[in-house]
Amino acid sequence: MLTYILRRIGLAGLMLFGLVCLTFVIANIAPSDPAALAAGPDAGRSQIEQARREYGLDRPLHEQFLRYVSDLARLEFGRSIATGRPVGADLARYFPATLELCIVAMIIGLVLGVPLGMLSALHKDGPIDHFTRIFAVTGVALPPFWFGLLLQLAFAAWLGWLPTSGRLSVFTEPLEPITGLLLVDSLLRGNGGMFLEAASYIALPALVLSFPCLAQILRVNRSEMVEALRADYIVAARAHGVRPWRLVVVHALKNAMLPTLAIIGLRWGWMISSTVLVETVFDWPGTGLYAVSSAIAGDFKPVMGVTLIVGLNFMIANLLVDLLYGVLDPRLRSA
Amino acid sequence: MTTLLEIDDYRLAFDTFDGTLHVLDGIDIRVEAGETLGVVGETGCGKSVLARSILRLNPTPPARVVSGEIRFRGEDVLALPEAGIRRLRGSAIAMVFQDPATYLNPLLTVATQMEDAIRGQDAAAGGRVRSRKAASAVAADLLAAVGLPEPARLLRSHPHQLSGGMRQRVLIAMALLGNPSLLVADEPTTALDVTVQAQVLALIAGLVRERGLALILISHDLGVVSASCARVAVMYAGTVVEEAPTGELLDRPLHPYSQGLIAAVPDLDRPEVRPRGIAGSIPSLLHPPPGCRFHPRCERATERCRVEKPLLRPLLPGRRVACHHADA
Repeated sequence: MLTYILRRIGLAGLMLFGLVCLTFVIANIAPSDPAALAAGPDAGRSQIEQARREYGLDRPLHEQFLRYVSDLARLEFGRSIATGRPVGADLARYFPATLELCIVAMIIGLVLGVPLGMLSALHKDGPIDHFTRIFAVTGVALPPFWFGLLLQLAFAAWLGWLPTSGRLSVFTEPLEPITGLLLVDSLLRGNGGMFLEAASYIALPALVLSFPCLAQILRVNRSEMVEALRADYIVAARAHGVRPWRLVVVHALKNAMLPTLAIIGLRWGWMISSTVLVETVFDWPGTGLYAVSSAIAGDFKPVMGVTLIVGLNFMIANLLVDLLYGVLDPRLRSA
Repeated sequence: MTTLLEIDDYRLAFDTFDGTLHVLDGIDIRVEAGETLGVVGETGCGKSVLARSILRLNPTPPARVVSGEIRFRGEDVLALPEAGIRRLRGSAIAMVFQDPATYLNPLLTVATQMEDAIRGQDAAAGGRVRSRKAASAVAADLLAAVGLPEPARLLRSHPHQLSGGMRQRVLIAMALLGNPSLLVADEPTTALDVTVQAQVLALIAGLVRERGLALILISHDLGVVSASCARVAVMYAGTVVEEAPTGELLDRPLHPYSQGLIAAVPDLDRPEVRPRGIAGSIPSLLHPPPGCRFHPRCERATERCRVEKPLLRPLLPGRRVACHHADA
């Protein structure tokens, strides 16, 4: 098991190196002149040259790369041109919002997707199965911005049950962040009212974000469960008298969860990088919104910072999935 | 002797997209307590489906019981509610399966699988459910009883860490957990090396003797069946065509199919006699031949065989044959 873990972590390290190289290449090659970009749109020749020296862009490429890596290691992502604020500080402010949104969306996806998939498999081709199939197709097909607007209209405008947008009411005094996740922070500080308020604000965007993910988890889990329930070891376990619920929830589901887990990992990676539309519709102050507004302003450093964070998140998700695989599947542990 | 299992005119069909498969067509079998019965036949003749029918393990749909009864100790298994059939599974009737690699759950330890079986049987019986620890002790005893060393270590292993022979022994130990009175072994040695086959067969024979179990041993291999069973039923395309004491069947098969089957086995004592195959191939169960299902391949087939299904009739003491033309 230890070699398995070490190998996975080693692979993740290699991927991280690849990611850093890639962003370095993009940052130094893609824009016509990074010094001009750094100096700003109205800079004169001398200012550009000054920026070039200041940012070390006149140094050889390998030196620049080492400096880039050491900056990253100190969580230095450079400064935003538009606001002049350090990108690291911006990310520290915006990323928790996106993270919180994605965690809640993923929890919705898992808590509904896995049991519904299981239920559909048990009632294969019955009414429940048909219903969840339609539900899943809808989930994948609905454009999130449209679905988001629809929910806002129904739950905020007509019913008035939930707020339209934002993370908290503008009249609420924000908490001094601990983790940056409002739901967690409010609980840590024992502020139940704030927890409920944050929950009411996150409900709609998280639901919209979770929908395609929920749909895919449901479908994959369903087909894997159908497969597992047909397996020889289930026939044998039934013949030996294993209780029906244990047969389904332990003997079959554990096998079905392996492929489902792979999908969950991929979905998590995509989710973090695709919150833009949902964040825009619900005015959610996360990295998606930050990246898009920076890109529109031609502000390069924040975009690179978000790219790194998204890539890092993808890698961590992959690593966790690999490790969970090891926990679930004894054949991998000894391999 | 008391009759343990009676299967009467049992017909089972599978409803598929292509149509209805008439998999079992009027099976008649009887097993007394402590008796050993072999069931032989080619692949696809319905042996495994028959074995699974006894514990209602064929998924419905697609499987559908057309007619007949399966009585265990006089109780109709097919009419039992779900709770009733669960009371039999593992505790009264147990099964040993074909390929131990696929019939053990790859993700669960041997201990978990055996404990779940014991505790499930306890729950179905309506009594107190034993603790995992108590169940584990029972499991360890049985692993030792089937000749596996270091039961404690074995219980902690996963199936992929065991050899094929060990896995088959684990499956046999699992079948014995509930102290059953009938053991149904479906091709228990097919997936094993020849040397291991002999050991597993000897193990099953020993357990049957020691515990006074009744055994239904299903195999495509006449040799396997003749070594372990007192009586043999020969199956062809979903029907039992002949039933006889093992020695008598081997010496003098009465049904043309049994005769063909035995002639197809190479005789090591007389290598000059070449084994003969049976002409033709097994019929489609989608449109089985009318009358006797064997008639298209039978040298003795007449008009009557094409129209009238022969019933399994007693021909000699202890021998039954389903053929219009067989005579003592």
